[in-house]
Amino acid sequence: MTEYDLLVFALYLGAVLLLTRPLGAYIARVYQGEATLAGRLLGPIERFLYRLLGTRESEEMHWTTYARSFLLFNLLGFLAVYGLQRLQAVLPLDSDRAVAVTPDLAFNTAASFVSNTNWQSYSGEVALGYLVQMAGLTVQNFVSAAGGMAVLAAFVRGLVRHTSRGVGNFWVDLVRGILYILLPLSVVFALLLVSQGVVQTLHRSEVANLVQPVQSAGGGAVSEQTIAVGPAASQIAVKQLGTNGGGFFGTNSAHPFENPTPVSNFLELLAILLIPASLTYTFGRMVRDQRQGWVLFAVMTVLFVAVLSVNTWAETRGNPTLESAGVAHAASTEQPGGNMEGKEVRNGPAMSALWATATTAASSGSVDSMHDSLMPLAGMGAMWLMQLGEVVYGGVGSGLYGMLAFVIVAVFVAGLMVGRTPEYLGKKVETYEMKMAALIVLIPPITVLVGTALAVSVPGAREAVLNPGPHGFSEVLYAFSSAGNNNGSAFAGLSSNTPFYNTTLGIAMLVGRYWLALPALAIAGSFAAKKKVPPSAGTLPTHTPLFAAWLLAVVVIVGALSFLPALTLGPIVEQLLIQ
Amino acid sequence: MKEPLLPPVIDIGPGRLLRSAAMALLVLTLVTGLAYPLAVTGIAQLALPHKAGGSLIRIGGSVVGSSLIGQPFDDPGYFWSRPSVTESFPYNAAASAASNLGPLNPSLLQQVRGRADSLRLADPDNSSPLPIDLVTSSASGLDPHISRAAAEWQVPRVARVRDLDESTVRRLVQEHTEGRQLGFLGTPRVNVLELNLALDALQVRQ
Repeated sequence: MTEYDLLVFALYLGAVLLLTRPLGAYIARVYQGEATLAGRLLGPIERFLYRLLGTRESEEMHWTTYARSFLLFNLLGFLAVYGLQRLQAVLPLDSDRAVAVTPDLAFNTAASFVSNTNWQSYSGEVALGYLVQMAGLTVQNFVSAAGGMAVLAAFVRGLVRHTSRGVGNFWVDLVRGILYILLPLSVVFALLLVSQGVVQTLHRSEVANLVQPVQSAGGGAVSEQTIAVGPAASQIAVKQLGTNGGGFFGTNSAHPFENPTPVSNFLELLAILLIPASLTYTFGRMVRDQRQGWVLFAVMTVLFVAVLSVNTWAETRGNPTLESAGVAHAASTEQPGGNMEGKEVRNGPAMSALWATATTAASSGSVDSMHDSLMPLAGMGAMWLMQLGEVVYGGVGSGLYGMLAFVIVAVFVAGLMVGRTPEYLGKKVETYEMKMAALIVLIPPITVLVGTALAVSVPGAREAVLNPGPHGFSEVLYAFSSAGNNNGSAFAGLSSNTPFYNTTLGIAMLVGRYWLALPALAIAGSFAAKKKVPPSAGTLPTHTPLFAAWLLAVVVIVGALSFLPALTLGPIVEQLLIQ
Repeated sequence: MKEPLLPPVIDIGPGRLLRSAAMALLVLTLVTGLAYPLAVTGIAQLALPHKAGGSLIRIGGSVVGSSLIGQPFDDPGYFWSRPSVTESFPYNAAASAASNLGPLNPSLLQQVRGRADSLRLADPDNSSPLPIDLVTSSASGLDPHISRAAAEWQVPRVARVRDLDESTVRRLVQEHTEGRQLGFLGTPRVNVLELNLALDALQVRQ
């Protein structure tokens, strides 16, 4: 760790903080249907789309209609991605890919991209053609992100409105999220990435004559290097902005064509947290009390900085077990040093630790270093941020409604302690909302732990691990933590492209997405129908540092109690083995 | 606080819902799946054709590589790149890959030892400790860079094999070192392919 690394960390957090307010305010205007510059430019397109979809801006939906629209749209998206993969051998653009994707892998990938997880059991440049990447996967990068934000918008409307039956119009929220937020940001961001060297071409590959021919593993001479290229920048832009994380190339943002320079690395890092952090401000704006948004931002940031510190310490210190080989791994102006296995020189261990933290705090799941080769404590930091339920900024939309479920639990528990009816923002929290919030908080840990237990009990699934000892268990625990919380990053040594893992992880992703979005919409509908209660002397204020500390404690206690035993078997034992 | 009067909710039958969902998917596929990537491709190809096409290095009309993608070197007269574990041969740019070895995996230490042995065998007089990036495999298997320390470790060997002054080789390393971007981002690093091409060009000229 050098002073430069500290400077970049400070600039990074500063940039996130600085952009939260303007972008958050803009997003609030979009979802409240207020006038924006983009709205004046693209308004005619927006209204044309509504005509095609057979809907009107003024049409309000009951939460059940909203949920049915969301689910049906996702189901069709799922079928489209599945079908494109199965048929890619006969599709135009991709006909030279002779192989259709296997049914279990196609199921896994479809579940992965519609649920905003973007877990990848395949390697992009090897397995998928351009039509599948563009018309299948890039589309889901947009719509799954916009879907998450739509559910959040409905949730917040539930809190804001009273004695109302409607929570908004799903089609309007979906179209606005794409047209006014994701698409303009993606175009700008994609071109910035190209300026750094990210490829954007319809060529399939380029062939170079190697300067020094080498021997292949089979013994033959290799004198050419086939360099995979493709329309990568457009996909990477939305992959980062929409907390998707599915790479164009197999090694994701570690690949020099996905992330070629320190500047592209910084921009891609910024894009991970940009929208999830800004949504806390959007929330404050929509409930007409900015302090409510900043409280959530503060809790998220405290957790983020805590895990970042541990991860950075573990990664920049280097791997003590390699010292016997006569290596120098102290950071200096001459070398990045640290734990360099599975890392790129241009990123180095400190920026890679920052990425590992941001990508698991938000549900991005993109990587610029290989998480399987992280030091045990850093691997644990990454896993734990996912296991908290992806609420430290979290996925676009989904992170904030996940955190708001924790707020409901916190308010409820505090209410029980003092014997008052709990309320949040003037809405009484009653049994129904509490049940739904409990589902949101408890379903991911159950999915993760049951899935992990199943995988380590089944012959065949156990043998899929690459690394021996506790690290092998960590690979399985990481996989289900990632899938069950819709993150998508991996301890990639696990050979997960098998029918068992493709199926179980696919199911975990679907459960982790829809069994959380539905209770969130149910809460929205129930809150919307309630009257506003004016604050009284017995109301617990939810904008104070005290409440922030209380919320932090609830999040940490739920996360720690659920996962401490499992983490002990994996990274904690492994860390103790180093000493 | 007065709330705007909200319109009553509409009831949507399954037929209309399906039509809306199918139309939404179709239209959004056209916008985000075709128009968006093709528009970005068009702009990128017009404004930044070299970078959008993969930053290829051409010598006399033929492509010898990309500035962003490393190549394998094990000849003592060249600077060696970082170890790569891509399939069938190192720096296979059609299939990026990493080792995924855990930090305590005995294979990791074994591989690092093996690489250290090869480097020392090619330069028996060099007893300095090996910079960690030169003996650990990269995340993509295609890392185009090594650290300045890793280049400096190899300077005496390359100079000896090529019969050049160490200062000449050091000057070339300096010329192919990329500094901190914007003055503060990224450790300074050396582009191995460009450095080796410069070495070859130097000796052709002499």
